[in-house]
Amino acid sequence: MKSIFKVFLGLALGILAWPACAALNVFACEPEWGALAQELGGDKVSVVSATTAKQDPHRIEARPSLIARIRSADLVICSGSELEVGWLPLLLTQSGNDRIQPGSPGFIEASQYVVKLEVPKVVDRSLGDIHPAGNPHIHLDPRNIAKVGTVVTERLSEIDHANADFYRARAESFGKRWQEAIQSWQKKAAPLKGMPLVVYHKDMSYFINWAGMREAGSLEPKPGIPPTPTHLAELVERMKRAPAKVVVYSAYSDPRAAEFLSQRANIPNVMLPFTVGGTPKAKDLFGLFDDTIDRLLAIAQ
Amino acid sequence: MHRNLCCAVALAAAVFPAYAQDSELSKMREALRQLQQQVQQLEKRLQDAEKTATEAENTAAQAAAQASSRPQSESALNPGISAILNGVYANLSKDPNTYRINGFVPTLGEVSPGKRGLSLGESELGFTANVDHLFRGTLIASIAPDDNSISVEEGYIQTIGLSHGFTIKAGRFFSAVGYQNQIHAHAWDFTDAPLAMKAFLGNQLNEDGVQFKWVAPTSIYFDLGVEFGQGRAFPATERNKNGVGSSNIFTHLGGDIGTNYAWQAGLSYLSTSPQGRVYDDVDSLGTGVTNSFSGNSKLWVVDGVLKWAPDGNATYRNFKLQGEYFKRKEDGTLTFDTLGQSLGTMSDSYASRQSGWYLQGVYQFIPQWRVGYRYDELDSGITTIGLVDSGALTAADFPILTAYKPKRHTAMIDWSPSEFSRIRLQFARDYARMGEPDNQMFLQYIVSLGAHGAHRF
Repeated sequence: MKSIFKVFLGLALGILAWPACAALNVFACEPEWGALAQELGGDKVSVVSATTAKQDPHRIEARPSLIARIRSADLVICSGSELEVGWLPLLLTQSGNDRIQPGSPGFIEASQYVVKLEVPKVVDRSLGDIHPAGNPHIHLDPRNIAKVGTVVTERLSEIDHANADFYRARAESFGKRWQEAIQSWQKKAAPLKGMPLVVYHKDMSYFINWAGMREAGSLEPKPGIPPTPTHLAELVERMKRAPAKVVVYSAYSDPRAAEFLSQRANIPNVMLPFTVGGTPKAKDLFGLFDDTIDRLLAIAQ
Repeated sequence: MHRNLCCAVALAAAVFPAYAQDSELSKMREALRQLQQQVQQLEKRLQDAEKTATEAENTAAQAAAQASSRPQSESALNPGISAILNGVYANLSKDPNTYRINGFVPTLGEVSPGKRGLSLGESELGFTANVDHLFRGTLIASIAPDDNSISVEEGYIQTIGLSHGFTIKAGRFFSAVGYQNQIHAHAWDFTDAPLAMKAFLGNQLNEDGVQFKWVAPTSIYFDLGVEFGQGRAFPATERNKNGVGSSNIFTHLGGDIGTNYAWQAGLSYLSTSPQGRVYDDVDSLGTGVTNSFSGNSKLWVVDGVLKWAPDGNATYRNFKLQGEYFKRKEDGTLTFDTLGQSLGTMSDSYASRQSGWYLQGVYQFIPQWRVGYRYDELDSGITTIGLVDSGALTAADFPILTAYKPKRHTAMIDWSPSEFSRIRLQFARDYARMGEPDNQMFLQYIVSLGAHGAHRF
């Protein structure tokens, strides 16, 4: 009886675990890194993203389902710089998985490989939820995607030697298409240069920097602190003196504050995908930048 | 490389006329070889120079990037340090010094609602960091405001170097019995613990011991674990004995339902053998006596949590439903009046079957604001006291063990201006004392300084 039970348990576990064995398991903290891993790993990787475009990556919880996934992961890709500080450390310690601990080849902190913006000179919580290592939302500068892509390819090849050539070939193809895309985006985004915009959260900074736009304010009075009536009133006043061209917010933000400012200051507002999956057109990394630029251009013209 | 070689050959061919004779041919070969060597050397130097240049460029870029992000001093390797401060204003209609949960053996834990009026709660100091590539260490000290004592709430090491879903924890840690027991008080949704935790775990059980846990390689979360402890606190008693004083087996299942819901369910079984577990009571003559229990104590806990947030985005609105059911069975010997203060020391059998549960819901309706309600109920169940059955004593000699069903209603509203601060107002009507409902009001602040904490699901 006992042995029958063991066989059944074994079978059940085996079946449940099966999809986890089929390919290299990539656990991405954010959808953009999931999309990048998919581009570079093709059918040799099975990718899960801990967050969706509708979720604030700073504020999700260490859910049991995430522990279950990270337990079987071969590679973890996260933005880092404390973006996931509220949940990732728990997932890592609960995972019982030595392959993906920081410092091992299976752990990539993407923001380490790029030049970070907005590294605070003064670190104090009275300034809001600031990140001492700099702004962690690095993926909206397309050049950063290329940099992180190189690291992801290296690690995929290191972890899965057998398919190293496959990964290199894909990386080459992706790299070429990405560089071409960057060039075309640069041309396309030229009219955005110098355009003043109001953001919701400081999550667009890398895009603003890349496109040469100008941040004229943020709906949050301080990073991570939700918009307050006083702050919004102040923004309305500021917009009367020096109007911004557009108010933007991300797919995971509440549109109401943006709409409020938009109406009061008579400035258009637009939702930007922020990451892969944020809008129907942002199906992959290419779509993310296409759609972000298109949405802004629609207002610039 | 090949192109350069061709150039060299072409050059040689041009320099040396075609009519060269045999003797000259060997010289030419020699010259060609030298030329080849020179070309190779030049090429190597060029490559080296290029490499150095790229390296320099990379280093410069990296340095620029890192200079701004890396702390310069040796404090870069300090552990994450955090401090939790909390303070309470309590308005209690009944004297907290007379607090008891009727029908249940007093636990000697910190179960009373605390002081009346303004008081500083326990402050917490936490240190946590990876020790090396194999271990992670955590120390959480609790500083009591009045008795000048610092106690270790948790102090443990945990493996990070194991694979296949295994983790081992050793030291002092909150036991994985039930759900809320593993959560630090500052992260609780109400000011105080559920009555069931107060009655069955002495408020919160932290054990000195070892925990082994295995997470299954399944897409649905499933873990199995076991803890062996010293048995340093209620329901166990500290014993001067080798071996294991308490053991706990637990398992959890968990997962998501779509993107809106996440859930977890758990089952745990805590088994201990308290020896001489004393408590104070007042006998039928009105004299204070000390009684003691020795035997086996077995506790089952079933727990469940369901969280809802639209699209899984809890920033704006979310709801959390949490409940636990406790069932305890104790068998052994009860000794009456151990110190012979009243009717004299007597011993006989003792058996109890007790249970309790709570259910609570907390709803964040707009950013920063949450409301919550909790209902607690305990059932003192069936208690068989040999000394009473034999007629040696009467039930009136054990007033605190008289059958009773304590209840409590609790409502709270809290405001969290940021992730690091919370101000809470809580009202409760507590029927823990038989026939003496206590109206409790708490106004509390909880803030955290330093390292950004990560909270359990």
